[in-house]
Amino acid sequence: MRRFSWINATSLTLGFAFLYLPMLILIVYSFNASKLVTVWAGFSTRWYGELLRNDAFLGAAWVTLKVAVLSSTLATILGTMAAHVLVRGGRFAGRTLFSGMIYAPLVMPEVITGLSLLLLFIGIGLDRGIVTIVLAHTTFSMCYVSVVVSSRLVSFDRALEEAALDLGCTPFQAFRLVTLPIIAPAVISGWLLAFTLSLDDLVIASFVTGPSATTLPMKIWSSVRLGVSPEINALSTLLIGIVTLGVITASLVSKRAIASRQRDEQAAQQT
Amino acid sequence: MSPQTVFAPWEDPASKPLIRFYGVTKRFGDFTAIDNIDLDIFEREFFALLGPSGCGKTTLMRMLAGFETPTEGTIWLDGRDIGPVPPNKRATNMMFQSYALFPHLNVRDNIAFGLRREGKPKDAIAARVDEMLRLVQLQKFAGRKPHQISGGQRQRVALARCLAKAPRLLLLDEPLGALDRKLREETQFELMDIQEKTGTTFVIVTHDQEEAMTVASRVAVMDHGKLVQVATPDVIYEAPVSTYVADFIGDVNILPGRIAAQDGTRVTIDWAEGQPAIAARTRLALAPGSAAYFAIRPEKIAISAARPEGAANAVAGKVLDIAYLGNISTYHVELPGGQVIKAQSANTDRIAAREFTWEDAAWLSWTDAAGVVLDR
Repeated sequence: MRRFSWINATSLTLGFAFLYLPMLILIVYSFNASKLVTVWAGFSTRWYGELLRNDAFLGAAWVTLKVAVLSSTLATILGTMAAHVLVRGGRFAGRTLFSGMIYAPLVMPEVITGLSLLLLFIGIGLDRGIVTIVLAHTTFSMCYVSVVVSSRLVSFDRALEEAALDLGCTPFQAFRLVTLPIIAPAVISGWLLAFTLSLDDLVIASFVTGPSATTLPMKIWSSVRLGVSPEINALSTLLIGIVTLGVITASLVSKRAIASRQRDEQAAQQT
Repeated sequence: MSPQTVFAPWEDPASKPLIRFYGVTKRFGDFTAIDNIDLDIFEREFFALLGPSGCGKTTLMRMLAGFETPTEGTIWLDGRDIGPVPPNKRATNMMFQSYALFPHLNVRDNIAFGLRREGKPKDAIAARVDEMLRLVQLQKFAGRKPHQISGGQRQRVALARCLAKAPRLLLLDEPLGALDRKLREETQFELMDIQEKTGTTFVIVTHDQEEAMTVASRVAVMDHGKLVQVATPDVIYEAPVSTYVADFIGDVNILPGRIAAQDGTRVTIDWAEGQPAIAARTRLALAPGSAAYFAIRPEKIAISAARPEGAANAVAGKVLDIAYLGNISTYHVELPGGQVIKAQSANTDRIAAREFTWEDAAWLSWTDAAGVVLDR
């Protein structure tokens, strides 16, 4: 084991300070008793209480939650289907092109995604609101889901599906009774990823929303333009908490799945 | 039908095959995996498809299971063309090389999986699963998950799972490949026992010639998508149709030569400068001067220190190498022309009593019926 030198310690501190200091300041100031954001006046949870009585924020939170749950669920269904076809569909014309194209939205600028969706919704005459945000979020998060799920499917023993067919399953039953339970951890972490992405999104939601629906990030953004309030700090702290929880859960789920798979494989080798 | 003492439906023109391959060809792009195969497999047979990897044996089996469809030709099961029947509607079940046990289900649920798809009543399923667990002696492990049991037990679960539905035809894809030698030998006999008990037709794919010889009623030797020979194990071993089959099954000396003369079934083959022509018997009609191969198994060649009296064939050489295997020894004997011939003999005496050792002169001899004359 190499000694942990002071150079390592310094670079580690610097790097993490760079990453987390802004958030840390935000969290600390969310417990500030003063109304002035930059002046520390003692510890208080007052702003969290204020937040709970603020109907505008609560309404926005409710919209965000609805959008996140609906869009991540839709994205998980579509993304899993896409992954299944791309990994299992056999050879068909343009498969490589499709596999490449599924990743394109990952690198597409959000502004362009948002704008193109807005044009589409106007074009087909869809009223902008929660529905359009859900659709837009589904669009960009399903490719993340399909990346996560297809990486699991690649290492999935094809013979398991064939065995299910051989034992009398229809292809859909084989998927539901054998494939899905086995890849469930990947599907769940895909869902959590989509959920967090939807929770975070400001740009695309701003493009496709209408006057009836304001998500939390949009609400925060518009309030900050009028000046940063301690309430916003409190709200942001809560958001950070939720997202952190989501990411940790997702990684734990997939880590546990990998560990159990390795355990199975080791057991298989030993016997 | 006359009462049969020996199970050989393939010799009875009146018996109907369970499976019939009819001019079956399978291509993957430019690659021809199966090349125009005609094959009949009969009910209650234990049929082995044998060949090196890539010879098409697995593709042939996957076509029976329904995972591949023939490019040309038809496959008949029980008098029905099964080409358009999807795998889940076929009266066949397959045991996969990797066993493909469902890791999220325990042993009992794995075995019950196929029965549940048939929508049978619960108690009938439970009874059948219990019966299967008894058959493979896994009653104690019914509640375990596949990763909590040993490889041999997993193999038995896989077997029980595909037998549970009482298929007309059971397909086994290298079923014993993952087991160690001792367990494999035990399981081979267990398989034969189960096959006999259940009366199911088994088709096994293997690259292990010993396994095929042990379990099968008939063996099909495949090469490059073609059936080279389909026959009982003893015929495959004693009367191979080509040097490929002779070489693939067991140990063999193959001596290339030319036909010197033929008189009825008696034939003499010139094969090396300064050596007497080999006297052999064959049913083939061979023109003098045509190329031929003489194939002889090492155990059919006798080795002695002195020239044997009255042997049909005898050659002298020098012992190059001795492989002592305990029960038998294999001698590599080099002839003056440089050819090396393997001879095998049972060690009926203690090893100290052996007449010759490395570098000693020795005589090899065999009768005129010991070897096979092949034209390809």
